[in-house]
Amino acid sequence: MENPEIMSDPRLHEALIDRLGTELVPVRRLLPPWLRTAGWMLVVAVIAAVLLMHYGADPMLRRWAGTPDLGWAGMGAVITAVTAAWAAFALGVPGRRPAWAWLPLPGALLWIGASGLGCLREWVAPGTQVASMHQSADCLVFIISFSIPLSALLIVLLRRACPLRPVLTAVLIGLASAAASASLLEICHSFDSAATDLLTHALAVAAVVAVNAAMGGRLLSKA
Amino acid sequence: MLQTLTATGFMGLDSGLSRGMSRVRTVPVEPAAASISETPDQRRAAWMAAAQAGDRRAYEKLLADSVALIRAAARRQGVAQDHIDDVVQETLITVHRVRHTYDPTRSYDAWLTAIANRRAIDALRSRGRRDSRELHDDFAVDSHPDQHDASAATESGQRAQRLREAIAELPPGQREAVEQLGLKEHSLSEAAELTGRNAGALKVNLHRALKALRERFHGEP
Repeated sequence: MENPEIMSDPRLHEALIDRLGTELVPVRRLLPPWLRTAGWMLVVAVIAAVLLMHYGADPMLRRWAGTPDLGWAGMGAVITAVTAAWAAFALGVPGRRPAWAWLPLPGALLWIGASGLGCLREWVAPGTQVASMHQSADCLVFIISFSIPLSALLIVLLRRACPLRPVLTAVLIGLASAAASASLLEICHSFDSAATDLLTHALAVAAVVAVNAAMGGRLLSKA
Repeated sequence: MLQTLTATGFMGLDSGLSRGMSRVRTVPVEPAAASISETPDQRRAAWMAAAQAGDRRAYEKLLADSVALIRAAARRQGVAQDHIDDVVQETLITVHRVRHTYDPTRSYDAWLTAIANRRAIDALRSRGRRDSRELHDDFAVDSHPDQHDASAATESGQRAQRLREAIAELPPGQREAVEQLGLKEHSLSEAAELTGRNAGALKVNLHRALKALRERFHGEP
């Protein structure tokens, strides 16, 4: 007697293939990850432009000129936002290497490193003060409230994709939106870096990443 | 630039993989369809590009050609021989659902293998969970040989009721397949005759129904 499994396989798969063939309709291909990243960054740029129109660029540039570490931290946050979003989009395509998840690391190191160094400075950045606990809480609210729509937009953009590692992708979504919100905060942030301020920023970023990671598996379409 | 570097690196890795896979290929391919300079991966990439545009012939050739690659991936992940067909079916269904995510400038084999690996890991995990449950069930049966006591009867009654409800909530096509093939134990041809559906559709529906029921009762996503 022949092995029943070997006998049954080809017919079983043929039936499914035939069925899938009858269901075939033309599909619109997913845009490449860099293009979708650019689309998301465009939205962030529009928000930045609105904030710049409202607050003006001068206070930010004055702070950066006086204390380059704040400028570096802001730069790091922008790089983290772009690279984390790009990595999230790349991981939404099957066959891309999981090593993409490391892409935001250099930007994040610059962001965290420069913010941390800022705490060690002895002088206070021009036109700023060290934030009180209450004012730090405003930063927390700012980062979280901007992260929610930015995360939601990334999730919408990723829903048509196929993230084979949904939690890792969700962590990257959280990191991208938190970093973008921290970059936007830089425009209207009148506080110098200090341990309390840094702590609230870190707390906000961690909260955004954690919430995304916890919900990620459910919100992203199941691959 | 970064993307180019990564892509090139991966294509190298990928062509290595597909070379390894072509040794275990069992599905015959039409030699006339392939030009001499084209690798099997490139040929499949072209088929998928055509399938994305709605070319059914290219799509069916591609899926038939993919079965061997999926089997190889499942075997590498350590899926047992008698579950490999499940992984093949699940992978083919996923491929169908996410075919728009394939970028024809990149390796088809890498794309397919990533999906097959994922489905293989899912199969191993659900297998592991089921085995541990079944072990406990055996233990329970051994230590409580009297299966006719009142609470056991109530419990099995409730379980049957839950299953009936779950079957009733399935989409009509799937419900029909479960009723005909699973509950009434008709053969495939009998069921096809009774329902007026073709055997392939019944099999696919049964497969989907069992998957839905498993998810519902074992909480597997």
